Amino acid sequence: MTLTQPSPASTAASAGATVELIDVAKEYSGQRALDAIGLRVAPGEFVALLGPSGCGKTTALRSLAGLESIDGGEIRIDGKNVAHVPTNKRDIGMVFQSYSLFPHMTSLENVEFGLRMRGVAAAERRVRAAEALEMVGLGTFAQRFAHQLSGGQQQRVALARALVTRPRVLLLDEPLSALDAKVRVQLRDEIRRIQTDLGITTLFVTHDQEEALAVADRVAVMRAGSIEQIGTPEELYSTPATPFVANFVGLSNKINAQLTAGSVEVYGTMIAALGERLPDGPVTALVRPEDIVIDVAGSIDATVLTSSFLGSLRRTIVTTTDGTQLSVQHDVGERVAPGDSIRLRLRGNAVSVAARE
Amino acid sequence: MSRGPSTAVRIGTEPSKLTRGIILTIVGVVFLLPLVAMLEFTFRQGFEGEHTLDHWTTLFSPDSARTYRSLFTGVTNSFLLAAVTVGIVLVVLLPTMILVHLQFPKLRRVLEFICIIPITVPAIVLVVGLAPVYAVVVRVFGGSIWTLAFAYGITVLPYAYRAIQSNLDAVDVITLSEAARSLGAGWLNVLWRVLLPNLRRGILAASFISVAVVLGEFTIASLLNRVNLQTAMLQISQSDPFVAVICALLALSLAFILLLVIGRVGQPKRNRSDS
Repeated sequence: MTLTQPSPASTAASAGATVELIDVAKEYSGQRALDAIGLRVAPGEFVALLGPSGCGKTTALRSLAGLESIDGGEIRIDGKNVAHVPTNKRDIGMVFQSYSLFPHMTSLENVEFGLRMRGVAAAERRVRAAEALEMVGLGTFAQRFAHQLSGGQQQRVALARALVTRPRVLLLDEPLSALDAKVRVQLRDEIRRIQTDLGITTLFVTHDQEEALAVADRVAVMRAGSIEQIGTPEELYSTPATPFVANFVGLSNKINAQLTAGSVEVYGTMIAALGERLPDGPVTALVRPEDIVIDVAGSIDATVLTSSFLGSLRRTIVTTTDGTQLSVQHDVGERVAPGDSIRLRLRGNAVSVAARE
Repeated sequence: MSRGPSTAVRIGTEPSKLTRGIILTIVGVVFLLPLVAMLEFTFRQGFEGEHTLDHWTTLFSPDSARTYRSLFTGVTNSFLLAAVTVGIVLVVLLPTMILVHLQFPKLRRVLEFICIIPITVPAIVLVVGLAPVYAVVVRVFGGSIWTLAFAYGITVLPYAYRAIQSNLDAVDVITLSEAARSLGAGWLNVLWRVLLPNLRRGILAASFISVAVVLGEFTIASLLNRVNLQTAMLQISQSDPFVAVICALLALSLAFILLLVIGRVGQPKRNRSDS
């Protein structure tokens, strides 16, 4: 399996290491969790592993951390195969999904822990730990124990603890999933800012596509132990390689269509078909809601079922004359009400992924 | 027919302060009455005489060392046995439980089964099985009293296991150890700096319960012809029942203090400097 190519890191500094997973395989009781996956992450790059539960993203991250042994392949950090190097010798920083601060230590002592394990002198330890806590905005919380901190604050301390040793690789295993929505967005942006400042190579596991698209330089979409597609957030969204990616990343309408010579005919409009080349014939076309517009001159007759105000846009669910339900994303100024008869058309530059089901 | 919220009877609600007070008083009286009676008995001069401190002063007087030699030997032996038994719990059971919890979770049920078994076996049956084993133990380690701790290590297993296991269940030991390893800690540091401090409560509870069980053990020591606190007390009680009761009171007090300490010392550090 060829390695997917990294994009140039967006970081100013580049203190991180190159990380390579080469044909990494892992089985649990005969069940394949990782199916010879290949991935190359450039120094300072921020890559998100995105996928549904059980797709192998956490297994891949834990294998990289050394918390899971692998059944085959190589894991390289800066060219050196670390597949058999114990976790504590891999020079990584990791933030876990569940709160992992040591309950018997203060925030400062937690952050000092990694430095203590590296034999850093006590005075220097305290200074560096205090700086790390400042970096995550918790300088005044140094003497607090975990039970005196909110979930968001605990994860910030965990981030400071993972970064204070300046590891070669930072691994984030769904660190935001236990937090409420507002804190999640704040911390997500903060992680990205700090990662960009420090230039540490980062792998971020999440099942939240919005989170992945918002912070990562590249996103690897995983399914059943394999990487389905890897690319920049824009590439994944606008040119999904497979129906799974089109479905998982963003919303897609499923429309019965006809595939002819690499294009699909959807309601009389020919649009480009992406991904795997299928033989001509009936297919299901996956079309983004924003590629369908309300237009009185359109050729698709539809009836409005619901229309939701989403702040900067409006999403309307309609049913066409053939009974297909479509999601249409449009300007908040275009007001429609349930029961209204409207006409739709597909944008000229719309693309689709064809799937044969 | 539905009842209004004001008349609805809530099941499982907390008892009122008065109810709690009554229950506590009854339990307290049931618990304290024999102790007070024992205490009163130790002050008697003869079975129907006046109350004095003679029995207490006699026990702690310098001359008593010879008179009550077997009792002091029993006390010393019991404390030695308690220390060795706690050592066995800490050196054998605790690491095994941590290892099973972290690395072999499928073996947890097996370990639990093995550790609970001794509570189902009467001490007399245990001794019947232990007698031939001790023939070998004596050949290998000699006939010193401390070897009895091997048997006590088995009898305290259910109590020590429960105390440690409940602490293991309350702490996310796996994530903590993984976090520590990702920060560069080897297994020894993980154990010493992360796991043991967070299992302190369970370890203390297991240790103190083991001490209490060992101090109260009679059957195995008696049937294996060893002298410990309980066998010595039985022997003394035949010649001086007052001193035997004083010793029983002291042993009970020690066990009570140990239980209080479990509840206090094991609590986690709080608010070193709250901001």
